[in-house]
Amino acid sequence: MSQEISDDAIDVAHLAGLARLALDNSARSQVGEDLQSIMAMIDAMQAIDTEGVEPLSHPLDASARLRADVVTESPDPEHFQQNAPSTGDHYYLVPRVVE
Amino acid sequence: MIEFSSLRDMSAGLANRDFSSVELTQDHLTRIQTADSDINSFVTVNPELALAQAARADQRRAAGDQQPTVGLPFAHKDIFCTDGVLTTAGSKMLSKFIAPYDATVVAKMAEAGMVSIGKTNMDEFAMGSSNETSFFGPVSNPWDFDCVPGGSSGGSAAAVAAGLVAGATGTDTGGSIRQPAALCGITGLKPTYGRISRYGMIAFASSLDQAGPMARDAEDAALMLSVMAGFDPKDSTSAQRDDSWLAELVVNGIPELDRPLTIGLPEEYFRAGEHMGALEAAKAELQRLGHVFKSLSLPHTESAIPVYYVLASAEASTNLSRYDGVRYGHRCDNPQSLQDLYERSREEGFGQEVKRRILTGTYTLSVGYFDAYYVKAQKIRRLIAQDFDKAFAEVDLVLAPTAPTPAFKKNQLTDDPVAMYQQDLFTVPTSLAGLPAMSIPCGFSQGLPMGMQLIAPAFREDLPLMLAAQFQRLTDWHKRRPGEAS
Repeated sequence: MSQEISDDAIDVAHLAGLARLALDNSARSQVGEDLQSIMAMIDAMQAIDTEGVEPLSHPLDASARLRADVVTESPDPEHFQQNAPSTGDHYYLVPRVVE
Repeated sequence: MIEFSSLRDMSAGLANRDFSSVELTQDHLTRIQTADSDINSFVTVNPELALAQAARADQRRAAGDQQPTVGLPFAHKDIFCTDGVLTTAGSKMLSKFIAPYDATVVAKMAEAGMVSIGKTNMDEFAMGSSNETSFFGPVSNPWDFDCVPGGSSGGSAAAVAAGLVAGATGTDTGGSIRQPAALCGITGLKPTYGRISRYGMIAFASSLDQAGPMARDAEDAALMLSVMAGFDPKDSTSAQRDDSWLAELVVNGIPELDRPLTIGLPEEYFRAGEHMGALEAAKAELQRLGHVFKSLSLPHTESAIPVYYVLASAEASTNLSRYDGVRYGHRCDNPQSLQDLYERSREEGFGQEVKRRILTGTYTLSVGYFDAYYVKAQKIRRLIAQDFDKAFAEVDLVLAPTAPTPAFKKNQLTDDPVAMYQQDLFTVPTSLAGLPAMSIPCGFSQGLPMGMQLIAPAFREDLPLMLAAQFQRLTDWHKRRPGEAS
C-alpha cells in the first residue's frame, strides 16, 4: 500500500454503514474533516522501515491461555435479560426481519 | 476527621478503634455531598450499599480480622461492572445499565473488606484525555475548576486530589491513569499488561487496557495494587505468576530500596516543555539519594501516537460492535427495521469522540487498508517494545515526564482531536509495550501540578514503587492540597 491512501476523500457514508451508525449529512461532513486530519497524523508512521519485522499482537508477545472445554457457566436469562430493551419468552425482540 | 488522610492512616485509625468504618464512610459521604457539586467527580454515590459494606467491615474487625484493608473507603471508576449498581462507562449507551455481575477487581476489593463509596466519572468508554467526553458532564480539576482533570480516569483523579476519597481505581489504555494523576497532582500506577484481571472491566482496546490504583502516595497505591492484582482464570490474558512481594505489600508496605538504581533518561522525552524545571529538581533529588542517570534513546517514540490511534481505534470499533440496541444498552424509539434499530441506537447512544474512533477503526480495518494500517502499526509496535528491551539491558528504570503540559482549560482542545491526542505522547509508548509505569507528583507550573513518570520492565512494579516511596519520604509534592500555596 502506498502513502497516498488517505489523500483520497474518505467515503464517510460507506464507513458509517459498515459501523452501523446513522450519521446525517452535517455530521458526515464534520466527521469527514476529522477523519482526514486523524489519518494525516496516522500516515506519519508510514515512513518507518518495518522490513522483516513481525507484527506484535500481544504487548508481551504471549499467546492466549487455553482452558479445558467444559461448561463453566449456566444460563440465567431472568437475571441477564433485565437490561434488555425488549424480550419475550427469554428471546430478544427486534423489528420483524422477514415479511 | 479524615479529610486528606491516607489509606494507611485510616487503616491505623480503624485498628486502634479511633473510629469505625461506618463513621469513616459517613464522613466520606458527607464530604462528597458538600464538595462534589463543584467537581462532578462521581456519577453514582451509594450511601446504603457503602454503609452496609462498612457495617460488615466493622463486624469483621470486631471478630478479629486484622487485614489492613478492612473498612477502608474508596471509589471505583465507572468502568468496572458492579453487581446491582449503575455502571455507565460515561456513556449514554449504558446510562441505565445495571451490571448483572461483579468485575474481578470489584469482587477482590470487596473480599478485602474495602468499602465502595460510589462510581467515578470518566471519558466515554475511556476515550479521551480531559474527561470532557463523558455523558455525565465534564469534571473540574480541584486545583483550578476552569481546567480539566485529564482523562480518561478524570473522576477518580479529581476525587482523590480533592480529598473526597484517599484511593480510587482507574484504567489505563494509553495513559488514562497516569495523565490524570499528573494533572491532578496524585500518584497513579499502570501495572504490567496482565497483572490485574480485565474481567468485568468494560472493554475499549483489549490488547492495551489495564486497571490500576490511583492514590495520594506510593504506599497507598501499593496497598491497592496488592488487592487488585493476581491471576484470574476468567481473563485469558491474565498473567500467571508467583510474585510473593505483591501479597506482602499489604502487610509490610513498600520495602526499602537497598541499592542505587541506574535510571535512563530518553532524549525523545526531554525536548523543551513546561515540565523541564520540575523534572530537573526531581532528578537532583534522586541524584542526592545516590541514583545514577544515563541518557538513552527510544528512537520510535514519535511513531507511538499514530500506532496507538490505529490499534486502539481498530480494537474499539470491534469491541463496541456489541452495543447493538438488542441485548442491553440504549435502544432508539420506534425502529422501522433491524438495520434502523442498529444505526439509530448507536448514533444516539454514542458521543462524538467514540463515533470518531469507531469510524477511524472501521476505516483502518477496511478491505485494502488492513495491511497498510493495522499490520503496519503492529510491526512498529514491536519496534517500540524492542526500544524498551534495549533500554532495560542498560538501566533499571526509565524516567520521563508524564504529560506534555499541566492541566489545560476546559474546551481548549475539544474541537481539535489531533491536538488532544498529543496529550498521550509520553504515555502511549509504554502502553504499546505492555510495561508498568507510574506517575508521581514532582512540582508545579503556574500553580498546577506536574507529574514524573517511572517506567519499569514487565512485572517489575516493585522498582517504581520503591523509588517513588523513597522520593516521597524526602519530598512533599504529594502532600500539597488544592487551595494551598503551591
